[in-house]
Amino acid sequence: MPRKTIRQVITETLAAEMRRDPTVIVMGEDIVGGTGSKGQLDAWGGPFGTTKGLIAEFGPERVIDTPISEAGFIGAATGAALTGLRPVAELMFSDFFGVCFDQIYNQAAKLRYMFGGRAVTPLTIRTRYGAGTRSASQHSQSPYSVFTHVPGLKVVIPTSAYDMKGLLTQAIRDDDPVVVFEHKKMYDVEDDVPDDSYTIPFGEANITHEGDDVTIVAIGRMVLFANEAAAKLEREGIGCTVVDPRTTSPLDEDTIIECVEDTGRLVVVDEANPRCSVATDIAALVASKAFRALKAPIELVTAPHTPVPYAPDLEDAYIPSPEKIAAAVRRVMEDG
Amino acid sequence: MLQLNRDTLIEAYRQMRTIRVFEDRLHLERPRGIIPGGVHLYAGQEAVAVGFCMNLGEGDYVASTHRGHGHSIAKGCDVKAMMKEIYGRQGGLCNAKGGSMHIADISKGMLGANGIVGGGPPLVCGAALTAKTLKTGGVALGFIGDGASSQGTTNESFNLAAVLKLPAVFVLEDNGFGEGTPSSYAVAGNVVTRAEGFGLRTYEADGADFFAVYETAAEAVRTTRAGEGPAFVYVRCDRFYGHFEGDAQTYRGPGELDDVRQNRDPLSLFRARVTEAALLGDDRLGAVDREVATLIDEAVEEATNAPKPPLSDLTKDVYISY
Repeated sequence: MPRKTIRQVITETLAAEMRRDPTVIVMGEDIVGGTGSKGQLDAWGGPFGTTKGLIAEFGPERVIDTPISEAGFIGAATGAALTGLRPVAELMFSDFFGVCFDQIYNQAAKLRYMFGGRAVTPLTIRTRYGAGTRSASQHSQSPYSVFTHVPGLKVVIPTSAYDMKGLLTQAIRDDDPVVVFEHKKMYDVEDDVPDDSYTIPFGEANITHEGDDVTIVAIGRMVLFANEAAAKLEREGIGCTVVDPRTTSPLDEDTIIECVEDTGRLVVVDEANPRCSVATDIAALVASKAFRALKAPIELVTAPHTPVPYAPDLEDAYIPSPEKIAAAVRRVMEDG
Repeated sequence: MLQLNRDTLIEAYRQMRTIRVFEDRLHLERPRGIIPGGVHLYAGQEAVAVGFCMNLGEGDYVASTHRGHGHSIAKGCDVKAMMKEIYGRQGGLCNAKGGSMHIADISKGMLGANGIVGGGPPLVCGAALTAKTLKTGGVALGFIGDGASSQGTTNESFNLAAVLKLPAVFVLEDNGFGEGTPSSYAVAGNVVTRAEGFGLRTYEADGADFFAVYETAAEAVRTTRAGEGPAFVYVRCDRFYGHFEGDAQTYRGPGELDDVRQNRDPLSLFRARVTEAALLGDDRLGAVDREVATLIDEAVEEATNAPKPPLSDLTKDVYISY
């Protein structure tokens, strides 16, 4: 099976879905780069090169550079979805949701409900999250809990190239609005990915590591860190089951509960800020539905309640690390 | 005016009259406590919705505002289903999930009233993008108020529509007030030159004059459909009721509302014009009045007696699948 990076898989999936369905269009800021200039067309292919090459095959009618105008073009993607297209809009950084959230949460998310089930809004928003690029407070956040909170939205956070292909394909084919979060530090993550298209259903968690003592539920890039910690702890004789929910809305509650019932201990790892977060949501879920299975208090390993700092030492301290995860696992082992 | 045949004139009058009686009736019914939510009435602005929507076809789209009853009726939404929606009853156009502020019927090209001022223009760009991409020959038209003219979404949409050469028409209905604040105070500069600044073709019309609106709409829609890019139409009009029902309108000057109702009523002006020109007589117009009165009576009666939605509807239609 061919090895592919997450970056390659995103481009490949967009191209495959555009070939399959002529109503699929992609739009966003600099997703081509250079439209209308004297220089090179397709100069960028998006700031991380994820849409490079699409313009050559599909042309400017279906691969659209937009003005820097998130409310305008995310709303336009919503209106296009409502009227017969299947747009994939790229919100360059998820931090920018602040300037366009009305179009996402008051329009796209609610149209079907408000219109009594008579509207279909097959909108996909691809966006980027995550710290670690020395980009400071407005280009580094992980605000997926905000989107997860909104009824009507589905929220997808793929953590491997294989999952990216299956989940992004499902997102584009899905008839509900879906937000797909891509971590900026994970575009070069590589694994085995079939050439043929496939979908991964939403709401089905993936177990990325198995062990009997502690359940670690990790979100996004933290799945990689949790796997690293689990491998190290295994050598110390502590067995960890790592659960990657893959989608936070819908959330695979059953798999999380089952794993906690098996291990009796829970560590939740999340790169996002801790108040009203996916981490606290999962902790609350387990506390309310599997309390009696717990042998120790739930441990949360998250970013602190601060913006993302710039200085490398500070930013590194902000992000949960495999070491912090391992320490939390040892604590729940000592507690019970 | 002469280019419109009698059937078209009757249709225009019927639609304006339907909007007027629908709104007048809601004004009377609202204080009785049966209608659960608030309503923003469109009476006084009928010529704008009807003048524009009569220039649109089934493949064209309209996005509306919180004051959306008139646009919905003019775009062909079922009046009785609208009334049931406002009453929050089964059979409502949106299954009683949306109410007055979210009336929509995608099958009629009506993309929704909107509770967010300035919420609609980006959606209009999207519908126009669909028409352009799929080459349907359709146009998308967004009604906005003077309040929305100051929203970022509106100005972003002007820019986006111009950059992408979208078949979009933006109709700004300046009824003098954004909620309770006069547009003369809250809108800086000139909205027409603002739109011109984005490269939109601009037009102006008097919203009390159906014929002026119709003619301007025909030209704006025709050129947009022909691929000349987005258009902007500024229409000065007046609302006969407050921002919401129950608004005492103490922000209006003495005699202002009486003057508006006496001198700026698009239905009276229309009636005077067509009868003076002997195009339609009082008998035919009177027959329309009676038919509309019956329709609205029935709509209220049926809405009042329609069953409430089952509680199981609460969790329905959040997603197609979840």
